[in-house]
Amino acid sequence: MEMRYRAENRLLTISLAGELDHHAAKGLMDSIDRCMEQNLPARTLLDLGGVTFMDSSGIAVVMRAKRRMDALSGSLAVVNIPKQASRVLETAGLDRYVDMLV
Amino acid sequence: MRQKSTNYITFECLSRSANEAFARGAVACFAAQLDPTLEELGDIKTAVSEAVTNAIVHAYPDTLGRIVVKAQILEGGVLEITVRDWGRGIQDVEKAREPLFTTGGEERSGMGFTIMESFMDKLTVRSQPGKGTKVTMRRRVQPRGRGR
Repeated sequence: MEMRYRAENRLLTISLAGELDHHAAKGLMDSIDRCMEQNLPARTLLDLGGVTFMDSSGIAVVMRAKRRMDALSGSLAVVNIPKQASRVLETAGLDRYVDMLV
Repeated sequence: MRQKSTNYITFECLSRSANEAFARGAVACFAAQLDPTLEELGDIKTAVSEAVTNAIVHAYPDTLGRIVVKAQILEGGVLEITVRDWGRGIQDVEKAREPLFTTGGEERSGMGFTIMESFMDKLTVRSQPGKGTKVTMRRRVQPRGRGR
């Protein structure tokens, strides 16, 4: 799992690539937390464009990112969601809590 | 109903999270002989990942233990996958299967069984506290066109 980010005018874009499973999720959650703490974004875009596989561990990652942004009084959107990941997120009904932009 | 198996694979692995990718990859490679669509293959990989992760996180929370995965092809193009562990077991299977129920804390979503249920045709969970858990999943792979 690879993570890159870009921060500009309090807009943070976090781009993920590779397989997001339980093995990858723990380290990723810590990295996302740290990235948000350093940049204090008003809005975060979580870009899943490079994610080749995602299971329910990804749901926990998105929910955690959402809670962190709520705590910062900011907003979160998940963007560029591949089909397989989107099936997982939809099954969880996550679109009710988090903005999903295809 | 017992159905005849036309082909199968079995492997055993240690409950290390690095083996999650191996388990879903191995089952996907085996399932490829049913000529599944990318979407069917994605569903199968996701369900295997959930079952194996459950064994790693919940069956053996503080130890490393054995996980045995069997994938078999039954008559009629049905793929049956079993994931077996000899770990802690589940106290209340009904409750564990409820969406969002988890004992795994903030790191887990509680959606594992829900995803296995929605991505596969059939899910059976047998568990005994202290003895282990056996998860059985079935998915029929739709035949596609000619040349099969």
